[in-house]
Amino acid sequence: MFKHITFKPLNDCALLVVFGDSISITTHQEIQQFHKIIEQQPFQGMIEAVPSYTSICIYYDIVKVSNSPLRKHSLSIYECIVTYLQKLLQKNEQFYVQTSRLIEIPVIYGGQFGPDLPFVAEYHQLSEEEIIERHTAQEYIVYMLGFAPGFAFLGGLDETIATPRKEVPRLAIPTGSVGIGGQQTGVYPFETPGGWQIIGRTPQALFLPDKYPPTYLQAGDRVRFKAISEQQWRDFK
Amino acid sequence: MTITVIKPGLFSTVQDNGRYASQQYGIIVSGAMDMLSYRIGQLLLQQENGAAIEITVVGPTLRFDVDTVIAITGANFSPILNGQPCPMWRPVPIKAGSILKCATAQVGARGYIAVKHGIQVPLVLESRSTYLRAKLGGFNGRALQKGDVLPITSSNIVKSNYFIHSEDFISFSNDVMIRVTVGTEWASFTEESKQLFLLTPFQLSKDADRMGYRLQSDICLTHSLQKDLISEAVTFGTIQVPPSGQPIILMADRQTTGGYPKIAQVIQADLPKLAQLQPMATIRFTVISLEQAQEIYIKQQQQLALLKFTLH
Repeated sequence: MFKHITFKPLNDCALLVVFGDSISITTHQEIQQFHKIIEQQPFQGMIEAVPSYTSICIYYDIVKVSNSPLRKHSLSIYECIVTYLQKLLQKNEQFYVQTSRLIEIPVIYGGQFGPDLPFVAEYHQLSEEEIIERHTAQEYIVYMLGFAPGFAFLGGLDETIATPRKEVPRLAIPTGSVGIGGQQTGVYPFETPGGWQIIGRTPQALFLPDKYPPTYLQAGDRVRFKAISEQQWRDFK
Repeated sequence: MTITVIKPGLFSTVQDNGRYASQQYGIIVSGAMDMLSYRIGQLLLQQENGAAIEITVVGPTLRFDVDTVIAITGANFSPILNGQPCPMWRPVPIKAGSILKCATAQVGARGYIAVKHGIQVPLVLESRSTYLRAKLGGFNGRALQKGDVLPITSSNIVKSNYFIHSEDFISFSNDVMIRVTVGTEWASFTEESKQLFLLTPFQLSKDADRMGYRLQSDICLTHSLQKDLISEAVTFGTIQVPPSGQPIILMADRQTTGGYPKIAQVIQADLPKLAQLQPMATIRFTVISLEQAQEIYIKQQQQLALLKFTLH
């Protein structure tokens, strides 16, 4: 466990802890695990840790690390941090699979809320109902948040409904829009330009700037989409 | 107790040290582009992380409705206070009713108007920096507009008989040598591209804002990566190369993650120089080791620490 992990500098105040070179659930779970460990046992001068698909980026304050007990003058600042992280990894050889939350996201599919649903259906020679069925049947995993606050990169889209992005991106995609872009699916946390095929919309706010954590979804969560009616949409609001 | 915006200038926003600890949720850092000028402005007012106004190329006109103390740092916008030239790089006492007019920066691109105790906009996720795309932080999550009224607190002058030589800390030029460390995909670029990257003078294009700087040149940087990269963390100063082969430098409002190959990283200590460039500026890159980059940064911070100590 954790033996295959490598380190590389991102710049002079951040380094990457690399867990693999492809997107996989195992790599994702290791990253989640390590993220929890490093947040519980940060080193002096650590600023924050940012997980992505295959690595975690650790930002640090050069001056604080340099003045901390971590600093051995025979080693560079970077080497001192790597040494600390390696020890942390050795201490935590045991790997516990985390029980993650299952979050249901209500979606109203098609119509004015999902203007590209007819295109996606036609593209796959399926009915709109079949697209909705396949989109709601999967359990997705939040691999990482990025691109925009609260935007979750979800893994697990049924390949039979993967659809290329639009050739000309839309200038404004409404908040809560649920889209398919290539092999990916996700929800736009607020109005933004974008090129994904929009198949529906959720009334659930994904970005919660007044709360901490400020996002409805977090890396590691499991997600299911649930089709709702216009009446249920109104009740939700 | 307010500042009223009479003219907003080209692009003026409220910024502080930046919004840390939330990048894992996709929330960008923001904060002052030229952290050095910003920090000096704060130190001159004997404070640490007050919200200041970052002004860009064409400065604003402001009316102070209360007695306070300000310090203007960064590029020279030829500020005029009540009809008289207003000194920069020192604390300046302001009487209620005063009008501060900033003109155009001839050299340099960004200035900072620091106010005693900072602009009193609410903290959002531990920072007062403006996050334009999410429309939060700063003043109503947007750039300043005519008629905006910014809350401040009144202040009486404590100590204002000092000034600093800005040249000791920062130089303003539109032809710069920027020091970089190798990027995570440096080794994947062709030998020719690596050499050209370090030999070519790049020009800063008009697409140069708080999010990123697009550079242009007559060369094309290529790499041997077969597949698209998987998105991972990017940061202030990341130099990424999209398929066009023309590099982009990510700046203060960069996204938290990105998927283009990263050829190099601007060292922290040289980011302020970069923040002060106007479009058409010439940029050359030179590569140094990680250890050198960190030493240079530590020296820069020691200089600031000394300034802080001297001013107290």
